Amino acid sequence: MNHQQTITSATTGTADTPGLRWIELPLADLIEQQGAVLLKKELLALDGVQTVTVNAKGKLLRIAYHPAQLNVDTLIKSIRVMGYAVGTATTQLNIQGMHCASCVTIIENTLLKTPGVLSATVNLATEKAYIEYVPGHIDLIGLVRAIEVAGYQAHETSTPTESALDREEQARSQEYGTLLLKFWFAAIISLPVIIFSYPDFFPVLRNWLTEGSDARRIVWGILGILTLPVMFWAGSHFFTGMWQGLKHRQANMHTLIAIGISAAWIYSGVAIAVPQIFPSEKLAEVFYDVTAVVVALVNLGLALELKARGRTSEAIKKLIGLQAKTARVIRAGIETDIPIEEVLVGDIIVVRPGEKIPVDGIVTEGSSSVDESMITGESIPVEKHTEDEVIGATINQTGSFRFRATKVGKDTALAQIIRLVQDAQGSKAPIQRVVDQVSHYFVPTVIMLAVSSATLWFVFGPTPALVYGIIVFVTTLIIACPCALGLATPTSLTVGIGKGAEQGILIRSGDALQTATKLNTVVLDKTGTITKGKPELTNIVAAAGFKEEAVLCYAAAVEHNSEHPLATAIVEGAKASGLVLPEASDFNAIPGYGVEAQVEGHLVLLGNAKLMSQRNIPLGDWEEEARRLADDGKTPMYVVVGDKLAGLIAVADTVKEDSKTAIAALQSLGLEVVMVTGDNRRTAEAIGRQVGVDRVLAEVLPQDKAHEIRKLQLEGKKVSMVGDGINDAPALAQADIGFAIGTGTDVAIEAGDITLISGSLHGVVLAVEISKATMHNVYQNLVGAFAYNILGIPVAMGLLYPFVGILLSPLIAAAAMASSSVTVVTNANRLRGWRPKEKFA
Amino acid sequence: MITLVDIFIILGGIAINLGIALFFWGPRRSGTRAALASNGYQEAMVLVKGGYTPDVIVVQHDKPVRLHFRREETAACSEMVIFNDFGKSAKLPTGETVTIEFLPEKAGEYEFSCQMGMFRGKLVVE
Repeated sequence: MNHQQTITSATTGTADTPGLRWIELPLADLIEQQGAVLLKKELLALDGVQTVTVNAKGKLLRIAYHPAQLNVDTLIKSIRVMGYAVGTATTQLNIQGMHCASCVTIIENTLLKTPGVLSATVNLATEKAYIEYVPGHIDLIGLVRAIEVAGYQAHETSTPTESALDREEQARSQEYGTLLLKFWFAAIISLPVIIFSYPDFFPVLRNWLTEGSDARRIVWGILGILTLPVMFWAGSHFFTGMWQGLKHRQANMHTLIAIGISAAWIYSGVAIAVPQIFPSEKLAEVFYDVTAVVVALVNLGLALELKARGRTSEAIKKLIGLQAKTARVIRAGIETDIPIEEVLVGDIIVVRPGEKIPVDGIVTEGSSSVDESMITGESIPVEKHTEDEVIGATINQTGSFRFRATKVGKDTALAQIIRLVQDAQGSKAPIQRVVDQVSHYFVPTVIMLAVSSATLWFVFGPTPALVYGIIVFVTTLIIACPCALGLATPTSLTVGIGKGAEQGILIRSGDALQTATKLNTVVLDKTGTITKGKPELTNIVAAAGFKEEAVLCYAAAVEHNSEHPLATAIVEGAKASGLVLPEASDFNAIPGYGVEAQVEGHLVLLGNAKLMSQRNIPLGDWEEEARRLADDGKTPMYVVVGDKLAGLIAVADTVKEDSKTAIAALQSLGLEVVMVTGDNRRTAEAIGRQVGVDRVLAEVLPQDKAHEIRKLQLEGKKVSMVGDGINDAPALAQADIGFAIGTGTDVAIEAGDITLISGSLHGVVLAVEISKATMHNVYQNLVGAFAYNILGIPVAMGLLYPFVGILLSPLIAAAAMASSSVTVVTNANRLRGWRPKEKFA
Repeated sequence: MITLVDIFIILGGIAINLGIALFFWGPRRSGTRAALASNGYQEAMVLVKGGYTPDVIVVQHDKPVRLHFRREETAACSEMVIFNDFGKSAKLPTGETVTIEFLPEKAGEYEFSCQMGMFRGKLVVE
C-alpha cells in the first residue's frame, strides 16, 4: 500500500556513453537476490535498455537506456508488469481555462506524453487533474509547465485539508454575504412598511389614510406587493427549507418561520381584498410589517450565528496553518526546496535556525533546540541531538541539523492530530442524544401549540378575537427557536476540543469529554508516568579516606563496560559531573551479584550485599545506610576499591519534576490518585510518599492492571487510567477514561480516550479542567436554550394575558428568536478564552 | 356563549393538530436497500437537501458499507453528518460527494443525523 514510504526519489542524468540516458528508479519492495537477477534479465530483454544495475540494499534500480528506442513510461510499466512497484507520487493540480469535454482529452494527452507521467485523469467538473508521476524525473513545476504548454493554466492545490478548509471558509463567507444582503433588503423595505401599517400613530397619515378609506386600502395593497420580494427572495430559504423538510416529513426552523410569515401575509391580503367578510372594520388589519421585520431579523440572526460558528473552529484552522509549505531536501547531493507534498520517506532534510521543521523524522546530523509548543503545549524548547525524533510543524530555534523523514503527508503527527480533532469535534456527547430526542418532537409540537392557542383565542379571547388569534399564532411560531437547542452542545464541544488540542491534549470524542467530568479516581502507572522511566544516579556516599568523585569515578569506569540500565545511569551520572573516566580492564559481570574490573591497578567491585559477603568485605554501619536508601525506593550498590569499602552509590528511577504538583492539582480537583506498579511494596510506597498519592497498588503484574481497574470500578467509582498506550493498553481500555501518554510523533495511539501529546501528568489535570469547563458551558447553553423556549412559547401563546394583560408582539418575538441562537454560539465562543488554572512549566 | 362556529373552529384545530402529529411522527415506509457492488462494498448515494434522501438505508451486517453523501444546499445546519454509533462523521461541502465507510458488525437500527439533530436518518442493519 504505502509504496512511497519506503523509497527514495528517482534521479536521472546523462550517461557517459553518448546517446544513452540513465535513470535511477526507487523500488518500493525489497528485492531478493534471485528476483534481482530475474528483473535484470527481463529488463535487458527490452529494446533500448543498455545496462541494468540492481542495488538490492538501497532498493535502487539504475538503468541506462537509449531514449530513442524506449521512454521512461514504458520502462516503468514493464517493471510493474514484472511484479515490482516503482515509487511514484500522485498529485492534484487545479486547472483553469477548461470549457469543454475536449479540453479534458487535450490535457490528459499532453500530460501522458510528458516524460515521467504515468497516468493522468482530468475532471471537468472539479477542474482538477489527478496525476501519477515519478518524482525526481519530473516535479510539480514540470507538470504545471506541461499543462501551460497545452494552453491552460494550472496551479498546485495546497494540501487537501487546507483546500477543504478554504472552500469551507469561502462557502461560509458567501453564505454570510447573502444573508446580510437579504437582511438589508428586508430591513430597508421594513421601514415604509412599518410606518404605513400603523397610519393611526402618525397624525399626517391618520388624516390622509382614514380608517376604512380606499386610500388606506390602496396603500396597504402596495405594502403587500412590496413585501412579496421580501418573502420570496430575502425569505426564500425559509420556504425551500420547509419544502425540503416536508418531503421528508420533517420540520425545522424554516418550517416555523415560513408558516409564520406566510400566515401574516395571507391574512393581510384577505383583509385588503375582502374586508367585508370581517365582522368589524377593526379586524381588517394588515401584518405586512410582521412579514418584513421577521425576515429581516431572522436573517440577521442567521448571519451573526454563522460568523460566530466560524470562530468555534478556529483551533483547527490554527493547526492546519501550522503545516510547512516547502522542505529543503538533499537530492542527488544538492539542496533543493521542494513542495512538502513531494517529500518522501527517507529523504534527508536540512533545517536552519528559525525554520519550521517540515515533516516528522529522526535527526541524523547536528543538534539544536526546538520549540514544540504548538504540538505538545509544552512551552520549554526541547534539545535535539542525533537519533532524536523531531515533529513536523515545530520550529527549530538555535542550531541547524539534518534529519531523515520518517512520516510524511497524512501520516505526520500534525496530520493525525488534525484528523483526530476533526473526528472528535464531529462526535456527539451523550447529552446530545437527549437533546436530539427533544428536537425530534420540538417543531411539530410548536406548530400544534400555535394552532391550539389560536383556536382558544378565537373562541374564548376578547374582541377582535380573529386578530388576537392570528397574532398569537404567528408569535408562537416565530419565538420558538429549535436552533438554540440544536447548537447548544456541538458548538461548545467544538470549541472545547479545539482548546484541548492547543494544549497538546487530544480528547477523542464527546463521550470522553463528558465522562472526564465525572471521574472519581485517577490510576497512574508508576514507571514512565510518575517517574522518568529511566534510572538515574541519585546518591554517592563516600567512606572515610575517599572522595565522592573518586567513588563515582571508579564505579563508572567499571560500569562503562556494562550495558545494564543501572550501569548506564552511573556512567551518565559521571559524565554529567564532568569526570574523565579511567580505562578499566579485566571486566567481569557476576550475574545476580554485581561487576568487577581492574581500574588504575586496583580491583574495583561494584555490587550488592551478597557480593560483599561472598568477597568477605565487612559492611558494618553501611548496611543501615543501604537500607535507608532502599527505603527511599533507590537501588544501592557497594563500591569496593582494592579490598576496602569505598562507599555506596544509589541509582533510582527518579520522579519527573512536575509529578508532585500535578498529583496535588488532581487531588484539588477532587480526584483520588492511585499509583499502580509492579515494584515491591517498599519501593512503591517510598515513591508514593514522595509524590503524595492517596493509594499505592504495588506488586501488580502488567497483565493484572486491567483487573485492578475493574476492582476500583466495582467500588462504584469512575476510574481513569494514565499510562503509555502500548504496555497499558488493556488497562486503558478497561478504564472509564484511558489517558494515553504519547511521546513524539506517535499521537494516534488507538488505546485511550484522551491522548496527552506531551508526557507530562499536568496534561491529565488540564484535560479534566477543559472537560469540566466545556461541559459547564454546554449546560449553560442547554439551560439557556430550554429556559428560553419554555418561557417564551407560553408567553407568546398569551398565557400571561388573562393575568397581567401582556401579549407579545411578533416583532419582539422575532428579535428574541434571532438573538437566542446568537447568544448560544457566543457563549460557546467564550470558551476560547479559557486558560488553565495553574501556570505550569 | 359558545357558538356553532366556535365548535367548528375547535374541532378544526384538533383535526389540524392530529394531522400534524400523524404527518411528522406517523409510521414511515421502509427504506432503501444499499446495492452490493462488485468490490464487496454495500453502496448507497444519499442526497442531503432539507433532509436525507433516502433517509432509511438497509444494509447487511458484516459487510462494509460505503455511503456517498452529496449536499446540495448551503444552509449551515446540514454541513456535517454524524454516525455516532460508528464513530464516524464528515463535513459535507456543498456540491461535493463525500464518502463514509464503516463496517456494521451487529444487526440493529442506527441513527445518523446532522450535528444539531434536526436532519435524521436511519441505518437498518440486518
